Amino acid sequence: MGHMVATVVALVAAISGNVGLIGYGLAAVGPGIGIGYMVGKSVESIARQPEAAAQVRATMFIGIAFTDILTLLAFVLAFILK
Amino acid sequence: MIGGLLAAARPGFSIPDVHELFEYKHCFVGSGFLCVNRVALLIFLATIAIFLLFLFAFRAPSLIPTGSQNVLEAFIQFVHEQLVLDVIGHAGVAYTPYLATLFIFVFFTSVIEVIPGLQFPATSRMAIPAFLALLTWVIFNAAGIRAKGWGGYLKGVLFPPGVPKALYIIVAPIELVSTLIFRPFTLALRLFANLFAGHLLLTIFYLGTAYLLQPSITALFAGASLLMAIFLTGLEIFVAILQAYVFTILTAVYIAGAISAEH
Repeated sequence: MGHMVATVVALVAAISGNVGLIGYGLAAVGPGIGIGYMVGKSVESIARQPEAAAQVRATMFIGIAFTDILTLLAFVLAFILK
Repeated sequence: MIGGLLAAARPGFSIPDVHELFEYKHCFVGSGFLCVNRVALLIFLATIAIFLLFLFAFRAPSLIPTGSQNVLEAFIQFVHEQLVLDVIGHAGVAYTPYLATLFIFVFFTSVIEVIPGLQFPATSRMAIPAFLALLTWVIFNAAGIRAKGWGGYLKGVLFPPGVPKALYIIVAPIELVSTLIFRPFTLALRLFANLFAGHLLLTIFYLGTAYLLQPSITALFAGASLLMAIFLTGLEIFVAILQAYVFTILTAVYIAGAISAEH
């Protein structure tokens, strides 16, 4: 166990280059799940009520826009904080 | 071992630095603050293209629209119905010209990313999204102040209805910062980052194709890289439309939030 921890620590210490990219990868997880869930639910509601499609779609895009900014922030920060 | 053999044959693949890709130091006209570099030239080009498009389409408008007049009338109708009437309502009809201009300007300055020979999205330089977001910020605040007065508008921003009174200690500062700082900031950043990433992706795959095509075993994989580049070109056209739509609909949502009466 101690040996494994030491290996992991050594591996992390050996990572060189832009660490911000790891941050970008981590920041892509949450909004990825969120947007997937949001679009899935929107498809469900459009399938149930096709006449409300336009409104659901507009609301979905607004929701996506608010969510994906979190990942985009990390993407920009990865370039800024070198 | 194969990797070692390939690497020994020639220097490794490297893409240009971000500064090299996005900063154009050369001025065609003027210098310093009034420098007209490639980005400024592309914005002028996009503006002239929009101007000529509308001039050509509506120079002799007919009752039964055909061709370009038909397309642009459908576009204006889309903005009027989907973005203004559905989001803001009848009070927002006055903002239709602004929203339509915003949509088409963002689309044109973004889509030059995939036009051969030009191939640089002007909106991937932060100054352009930042200015557009500032314009939107001024307009939605002015709309709110005009509709409710200074006190009424500020009250609407700070104290959204339906929140328990004690919670306003936390909610009011969050709402203030979110409305006055985060809204324009995220609006600009979203457009900028999408086009920035798009330009990087296209650069990587086109340069990658050129690199793989060098006489070597890697030439077998150049086709895959080229296919990806073509697919991404299509995706970027979609992104340009989507980002123009998102920028415009968020502007409409902010205006609607500013002028709507309290419940």
